[in-house]
Amino acid sequence: MTKTITDVICPFCGTLCDDVEVVVSDDGKQLLEVYNACVIGTEKFLHSQSKDRVTRPRLHQPDGSWKEISYDEAAEYTAQMLANAKKPLMFGWSSTNCEAQSVGNEIAEITRACCDNTAATCHGTSLIAIQDIGLPSCTLGEIKNRADRVIFWGCNPAHAHPRHMSRYSIFPRGFFTSKGQMSRKMIVVDPRVTDTAKMADVHLQVEQGKDYELLNALRVAFKGEWLPDVVAGIPKEKIREAADMMKSGRFGIIFFGMGVTQSLGKNHNIDEAIAVTKDLNEYTKFSIMPMRGHYNVTGSGEVFAWQFGFPYAVDLTRGFARYNPGDTSTIDLLIRGEVDAMFTIGSDPGAHFPISAVKQFAHLPSVCIDPHLTPTSGVSKLHVPVAFNGVETGGNCYRMDNVPIDCRKVVEPPEGMLTDEQFLIKVRDRVRQLKGAA
Amino acid sequence: METVTITMKNPPALYLEADNVSPDTFAGKTAAQIGDLSVHEGNTTSTLGKYFEISGNAGASAADTKIVIKGDVKKVKYLGFKMSAGEVAVEGSTDQYAGAWMTGGKMQVKGNVDAFAGIAMKGGELSIEGNAGNYLGAAYRGDWRGMSGGRILVKGDAGSDIGMYMTGGEMIINGNVDVHVCTHAEGGKVIIKGNAKTKVGGQMVDGTIFVFGTIDVMMPGFKPAGEVEMEVDGVKGKFAHYIGDTGERHKKKKGQVVYANLYKKI
Amino acid sequence: MSEYIIKNGHVFDPVQGVKGDKADVSIKDGKIVDKVGSGAKVIDAKGKTVMAGAVEIHAHIAGPKVNMGRIYRPEDKLFTCTPTRGMERMGGGNSIPTTFKTGYEYAKMGYTTAMEAAMPPLFSRHVHEEIRDTPIIDEAAFPVFGNNWFVLEYLKDHEIENTAAYIAWLLRVTKGYAVKVVNPGGTEAWAWGLNCLSVNDPVPYFDITPAEIVKGLIEANEYLGLPHSLHIHPNNLGNPGCYETTLDTLKLAEGIKARNKFGREQVMHLTHSQFHSYGGTNWGDFESKAKEITDYVNKNKNITIDTGNVTLDETTTMTADGPFEHHLTGLNHLKWANIDVELETGSGVVPYIYSPNISVCAIQWAIGLEIALLSKDPMRCYITTDHPNAGPFTRYPRVIKWLMSTKAREAQINAFKHKDKVLSQTGLGTMDREISLYEIAQMTRAGPAKSLGLSGMCGGLKPGMDADVAVYDFNPDKPVVNPDDIEKAFSRCAHVFKSGVEVVTNGEIVNNGHKRTLWVNVKVKENPQVMRDINEKFLKYYSITQANYEALGHHFVPNPYTVEVDATQVQV
Repeated sequence: MTKTITDVICPFCGTLCDDVEVVVSDDGKQLLEVYNACVIGTEKFLHSQSKDRVTRPRLHQPDGSWKEISYDEAAEYTAQMLANAKKPLMFGWSSTNCEAQSVGNEIAEITRACCDNTAATCHGTSLIAIQDIGLPSCTLGEIKNRADRVIFWGCNPAHAHPRHMSRYSIFPRGFFTSKGQMSRKMIVVDPRVTDTAKMADVHLQVEQGKDYELLNALRVAFKGEWLPDVVAGIPKEKIREAADMMKSGRFGIIFFGMGVTQSLGKNHNIDEAIAVTKDLNEYTKFSIMPMRGHYNVTGSGEVFAWQFGFPYAVDLTRGFARYNPGDTSTIDLLIRGEVDAMFTIGSDPGAHFPISAVKQFAHLPSVCIDPHLTPTSGVSKLHVPVAFNGVETGGNCYRMDNVPIDCRKVVEPPEGMLTDEQFLIKVRDRVRQLKGAA
Repeated sequence: METVTITMKNPPALYLEADNVSPDTFAGKTAAQIGDLSVHEGNTTSTLGKYFEISGNAGASAADTKIVIKGDVKKVKYLGFKMSAGEVAVEGSTDQYAGAWMTGGKMQVKGNVDAFAGIAMKGGELSIEGNAGNYLGAAYRGDWRGMSGGRILVKGDAGSDIGMYMTGGEMIINGNVDVHVCTHAEGGKVIIKGNAKTKVGGQMVDGTIFVFGTIDVMMPGFKPAGEVEMEVDGVKGKFAHYIGDTGERHKKKKGQVVYANLYKKI
Repeated sequence: MSEYIIKNGHVFDPVQGVKGDKADVSIKDGKIVDKVGSGAKVIDAKGKTVMAGAVEIHAHIAGPKVNMGRIYRPEDKLFTCTPTRGMERMGGGNSIPTTFKTGYEYAKMGYTTAMEAAMPPLFSRHVHEEIRDTPIIDEAAFPVFGNNWFVLEYLKDHEIENTAAYIAWLLRVTKGYAVKVVNPGGTEAWAWGLNCLSVNDPVPYFDITPAEIVKGLIEANEYLGLPHSLHIHPNNLGNPGCYETTLDTLKLAEGIKARNKFGREQVMHLTHSQFHSYGGTNWGDFESKAKEITDYVNKNKNITIDTGNVTLDETTTMTADGPFEHHLTGLNHLKWANIDVELETGSGVVPYIYSPNISVCAIQWAIGLEIALLSKDPMRCYITTDHPNAGPFTRYPRVIKWLMSTKAREAQINAFKHKDKVLSQTGLGTMDREISLYEIAQMTRAGPAKSLGLSGMCGGLKPGMDADVAVYDFNPDKPVVNPDDIEKAFSRCAHVFKSGVEVVTNGEIVNNGHKRTLWVNVKVKENPQVMRDINEKFLKYYSITQANYEALGHHFVPNPYTVEVDATQVQV
């Protein structure tokens, strides 16, 4: 027999769909079917069932092979590595829950480490912009119920946040948007003709690296000032049309992603996009929202912020918190050879970082906490697999609009596997002893 | 003026944070006492004397103190941090935060500096013979009050994000600069004698930028306002004048809108 | 060590009417008791002031807009972070402290209970995570109701019982404490970029006025008999001339009697009244209407207020009054964050510098003090800074100094660039009242506790109450030579006990105690209509499911303290 668990939260992307249904065996040990999730989310649940999972920690041997060790031995290795390092770096945190993130913070504080999350290669630049200019925003339900102008700038939700448009931004029939998609005008700004762009009423094919200029031109257009004939490959007439379309709505939203956060301009692109949003509030109602990638990178930022004061790139080496991306951010720390130990959890820097940063892992003592075999686990000295967060253990997570949703456990992890939180508690208790901390 | 010379003898494995190396902190101390000042390598705290050879005593006050820094300090951050008077002379290149938050005095670097040199500067003079990194004379993260006074001179090139949120003071870059010049500035003056790339003057409320060389792509928010003959830092010439950022807010003086000014040498 | 005797201190306890007499305070097993055995640990309080732990009735210390403030203001922490030290976790933030720092700083000043002033219900999990991570002090959170779609729809048809049932449900699923109202109707209007600036401006689409919202919520609150009353931030905050809207709002409570089993006597609590006591028509003729507001409150005893004192610092404003924050960024051009919350509320964050060189700021400072000095009943007027809006809560000792010393007030007035404006636009220059220690105890302990319906538990030193005790290095018998000594004494306690555990000794944290999260569990008659309405709105309009909205497991509230209310027998 089976049972169906409802209101399951999908632990993959920042859309954090919470209407997933999972069918499990009666004894709760097998996950059988997934309903309502997109193809990525479905796989997130189903792949936890693969028969070839690594279920115990393994230590990289000098000859390149792996030797299985116990969780206790792994915790000892990790604690020693962090306690003995002059500048350890604890990176990732985005694919685990807030409870684990909090224990990680305790460890970082005791060992005086640097800690950072995947915003470092993603929306960290958005955070810098928010720090410079603010953020007029709202929750996703506001979009569903009110928005009639939806702009996707430098992002491709059709691929990266597959259910975003159906749950929140384009298709839903909300309280004030009973005509659904027909209530809304969609603008996509992207150099590529993506599947999202194909759905748009207006597609501005901005010249690569010129988003900042185009955003500036929109602000100029709002004020009715002089414009050059072409900006960022877009004729000024089209820019003025887009500006008018935005102003004429009664509730607009700009969603943005890596197309602007990690292309030339970075935080300045976001800064100017936020300025566009702020300007539009003189004429109508407008908000802006980052399309966060990992399902709990937002949570990591929140927990870092309420405990240390900064949302990412936090340096605790002096016994108090300091922050300055460029100095305290992970890629810079690695490339400049600033750190002497690398701890990764809930992320895959080996796959996503510039190769010059990943190469540093080879010289450094390194630990990777991840249920999967990844490029990161491959280059780390110790690989500690753990239960899948949001599938085999619950815990609080934060959606891309900062709404907190408590993920559920739907199935048992393989026999004897620990969760992130359980493993981190072992590490924390051991570093407390090693450092003689309170 | 009394001179203290510190020479790197024991390079760090990681990087050093030498925020105590400033005339203000050295003032009134002997070489031995200076050697006992703390310095940080990651989460370990040590003394200056463990890394540097120290000779000479400091003056009674910051204004009476000159610090000469020799040897390889390419992995030393925060030299000249928060100095208010006196002199600091670095004979080679150094890392981040050179002269950061300085309010007075003179700092000179014979080589290059890395990022965040002279951030939030309030006064004094910072001169760099080599190249400067990113965020030269910029504001600290989140602060709308950036460089407000003093002078920064760079003989070579500078990186990106120079003069962000600048409100006063002056910067002269003899070489080229990377993207984002004077973003969000509300005052101050920046002279670039080489070439600029793009995103010059974005979101500027007030202030002045001179570019002698080329600008690859102009911000659309800067509209042409004629040509003018000027003398800038001893160089006479004709400049194309632009005012902007027309997308940004501006103050009014005597009923007239006050724009930021961008002059590009013709 | 569960028995203590605090000996020979000068005790100020409005609950028992003790006005500075030398008396002993005995603690056993977490409570104040009549006497303890000879084995009790002796705390020498000779020459010191002893009061109950203070009760913070309104501060923004936990939740999404507070954390947005932290995230977007790294400069609030530059060079001022405090290191890990012994059992104290590291801390940072001048105007928006991190959660650990928040707990420690309140405790060190002798505060043992604090109310998070505004919880957006959708974010209850976030609020409770931050409350859980704030050490030592007991806390509670007020969910906001004044722009909530259920409330707007029910009250349009004056359905009090349904409103009450909804309130009971929401308090339970969010583990909330009281009915908070912020800019009633105006924040829903702000979701379209509009606002409600008077009590009669109808809310777009919902077509109900702020007056109807407020009146209906007062009735629902009294129907339920909740421990606290409606707690309101009226429309039109911060604008010259807004005092009229404030009086219109206060008048909505006329003739209504409190109905509850907690000793609460007010039906409306007006919060941060300083921001709501402005006259004039623009920033040029801006003036104080503190007298008009306090005259009304003095006469109408079913109202309590808190001050919202300006402390003349660089701080961060944050409020569920979203449109106000948009207005403020238009004035000072500083970075603006805004979070509109579906079906419920909104919020905004903008930094602000209360400069002593700006006449408006000086007048605001004066108004906050006038309100306290003109209030005749210290049991109905409480000291706050609407942290961090008018200033950080760490400035309470400075506010106490200004209230207790005309000399200190004069020194500040003389230091203003536009002293003349303070004297012409406010009445502060001629006020020579000096608030006494006993009155301070009323305004920071017994008064707020009573208003919150917690008078049996905290705010006093009567046997049976929780052993929340603060001992200050301040000798009431010695005349004050330098008013700064008042500020110094109230900044760092000699001893603080929380629920009978010594948590602060000589200004240092020595124990984290076992903080509790207070919340109100109201039983009401079954109401299938309201339950159906709730189901429907989750199905159609919310962006999360009802089950996930209601999820607030043990890991969020590990040590709850439930205040039970039975409203099943009430007739409308």
